[in-house]
Amino acid sequence: MIETFHQLKPYSLSKEEKQERLFGELKELTEYHREHCKEYARFLESVGYDQDNIKTCEDIPFFPVRMFKECDLMSIKPEDVFKTMTSSGTTGQKVSRIYVDKENAMVQQKVMVRILGDYIGKKRIPVLVIDTPSVLKDRSKFSARGAAIIGLRVIAKEMVFALNDDMSLNQEVFEAFLQKYQDSFFLIFGFTFIVWQHFYKVLDEKTHKYDLSNAFLMTGGGWKKLASQSVTNGDFKNSFGKLCGIHHFLDHYGMVEQTGCIYAECECGHLHASIYSDVIVRNPMDFSPCKIGEKGIVQVLSVLPRSYPGHSLLTEDEGVILGEDDCPCGRKGKYIRIFGRMKSAELRGCSDTYGTGS
Amino acid sequence: MQNSGGAVILMQKEYDDIRFYYPETCCFEEMAELPALDIFDEGVCSFLDKLSDLIRHDKECRNYPDVLTFGFFCRRAHIEQLKKNYSEKNRLGRGLTFHIAPSNVAINFAYSMAAALLAGNPCAVRVSEKDFAQTHMIGRLLREASKETKNQERDIGRYIALFTYGKKREITDHLSKLCAVRVIWGGDQTIGEIRKSPLRPRSSEITFADRYSLCVLGARTVLAEKRMDRLAGDFYNDTYLFDQNACSSPRLIYWIGEADEIKAAKERFWSAVSDFLKDKYQVGPKVAVDKLMTEYKAAAVIPGIKFERKSANLINRMELMELVPEIAGFTCPGGSFFEYGDVNFNALRSVVTEKFQTLSYYGADKEELISFIKTNGISGIDRVVPVGHTADFSLIWDGYDLIRTMSRIVDGFGQY
Repeated sequence: MIETFHQLKPYSLSKEEKQERLFGELKELTEYHREHCKEYARFLESVGYDQDNIKTCEDIPFFPVRMFKECDLMSIKPEDVFKTMTSSGTTGQKVSRIYVDKENAMVQQKVMVRILGDYIGKKRIPVLVIDTPSVLKDRSKFSARGAAIIGLRVIAKEMVFALNDDMSLNQEVFEAFLQKYQDSFFLIFGFTFIVWQHFYKVLDEKTHKYDLSNAFLMTGGGWKKLASQSVTNGDFKNSFGKLCGIHHFLDHYGMVEQTGCIYAECECGHLHASIYSDVIVRNPMDFSPCKIGEKGIVQVLSVLPRSYPGHSLLTEDEGVILGEDDCPCGRKGKYIRIFGRMKSAELRGCSDTYGTGS
Repeated sequence: MQNSGGAVILMQKEYDDIRFYYPETCCFEEMAELPALDIFDEGVCSFLDKLSDLIRHDKECRNYPDVLTFGFFCRRAHIEQLKKNYSEKNRLGRGLTFHIAPSNVAINFAYSMAAALLAGNPCAVRVSEKDFAQTHMIGRLLREASKETKNQERDIGRYIALFTYGKKREITDHLSKLCAVRVIWGGDQTIGEIRKSPLRPRSSEITFADRYSLCVLGARTVLAEKRMDRLAGDFYNDTYLFDQNACSSPRLIYWIGEADEIKAAKERFWSAVSDFLKDKYQVGPKVAVDKLMTEYKAAAVIPGIKFERKSANLINRMELMELVPEIAGFTCPGGSFFEYGDVNFNALRSVVTEKFQTLSYYGADKEELISFIKTNGISGIDRVVPVGHTADFSLIWDGYDLIRTMSRIVDGFGQY
């Protein structure tokens, strides 16, 4: 049961111990969802699932995370849905719908707090969100961005939004926050691209320089947009360090389909899997597991999803496992690097003429 | 665009957005004024023969089998052969034809152009925005052919323009208004986009919409086949050669035979295909996940599906317990197949719609298949061809007789 996980520190299990606990829980979840989700049962039938052939975590069946955009997958009664989380998607695109009951929502929050606690401590702290408050009000925008911010509420002593609706910096609110908390430990949180575009660049142009050296800068959402501006993770940190003295960074990888189980970046710049989750990188040729150091498609495992069958998912991201149990930061478990979304293939054939694509 | 006395004229700045492959530039209004020709006009036939000759003796073309195949298509002997099906005397072209060619198949535009010429029409061909070497080759050889045939009775070189432009609506609008026949290759989305540009009331249109194709395989014949490599190669030419993304590429494999024969024949067939693919075809990460996605999407809707992945991610097979109409909704390029087995064709009756285009067969009788389609009044399947020939160009395509659709008949009856 998941309760036994809560009694352990989030990065305290080494390979064998972790595999044993994780495997037991994931196998149970597979059976649970088979009984409670009709579509999931069909998936298992289609792949010829046989409980007796499942010997390790690698044998747990997986399906593409995009399936949550195609059909409603849930293992609870519709009346027990406590909240529906949706993934970010540009207009016209389908969004993922994740159905969470009360119990699962609490577990997600608890795990998120436990993981973050390992990096920033257990005390509630002030949080400066680099986003507009309307990201929570506007239902159409209530997505990964909104969900992540709401998730942080539990660790926030006070939460303040630094941007106006037009994404300009709300100078008044920003200054007031600093006046109150500048000398104590606080968290700045935002999506990587927004933090760079609407925070760093704005501060950089100001003649007045701010001292943010007590801050932990937490980011998420990937580096693809910044890469197109030739800004790397390293540049990002250096720039913030030089401009306002920030030297604590906490980037993370995660997805709305496995909310709670984030992969947070340690001091060595590695993203870590906690005891609640794991990563398998798969070879695109045959989906066999890759060795450490081999690039492939990222599969994520998590023991949290019980109200929907999201415990074993193949993502659309490419990544690599850098090592296991031996990161210099001392955290046990696998540590990874994410390269971002897989590239679309250029296909032959006459099915698209006018170039609805590029 | 400007409207002067009803006629629409393309402005210079819009011409600047057009990239010409042949000729250097042209006036579309003048092209539209060119006299229509008889079908299989002598001038057109000798022009195509000249082009064929140039292609077959060109050094660069040698490396492009698709260009060479086109070269063979338009040689005189072959055109004479085709002409035999068109004995009517009073047929002539309708006027300017405007073609929107596929973006991903390099040579397709050339067939569309040749068919329109043989139907007696000038042709303005918008080729793919991708700068294919094949387009340059045909452009270059058209210049040469045109130079050499200039002094003949008809200057056929003036009947052709090859060009491309972005998605400029003004240009599509203009050419659509100017043309007598519009030919749109490719999917439903493209057709919808182009249809925003109206045609003149008398103009007509040929559209090649999204289609679904299938392959019928006789289990017993597969088990007796000695050259499995050749059968696999033919199947490859129908499917993976175009990333299984051509409208004629089969997506459903319909096995005929007794259950145990089918089981053995499947083993034999797919292992031969797998061997053939090994060094020839690669599946990228995105396509691998897309194919997986297609399987799960189908599994969520169709009960009893079984995934078969013996050949890693090269061949994705979905075995069906029964044939259901939903299968046509799950198409994915890159080697994704539904499979169904039965003792006869009857199950096809409930799934084939007008969306179905090509039925390729091996170990089945063509006449029997055609008669099955006719006696059951099945609304789809426009072509029945042997495995390996689904992509062969013919003047009857997708149920259209290209020559007759792009020409008109002068009806002379009675005597005064």
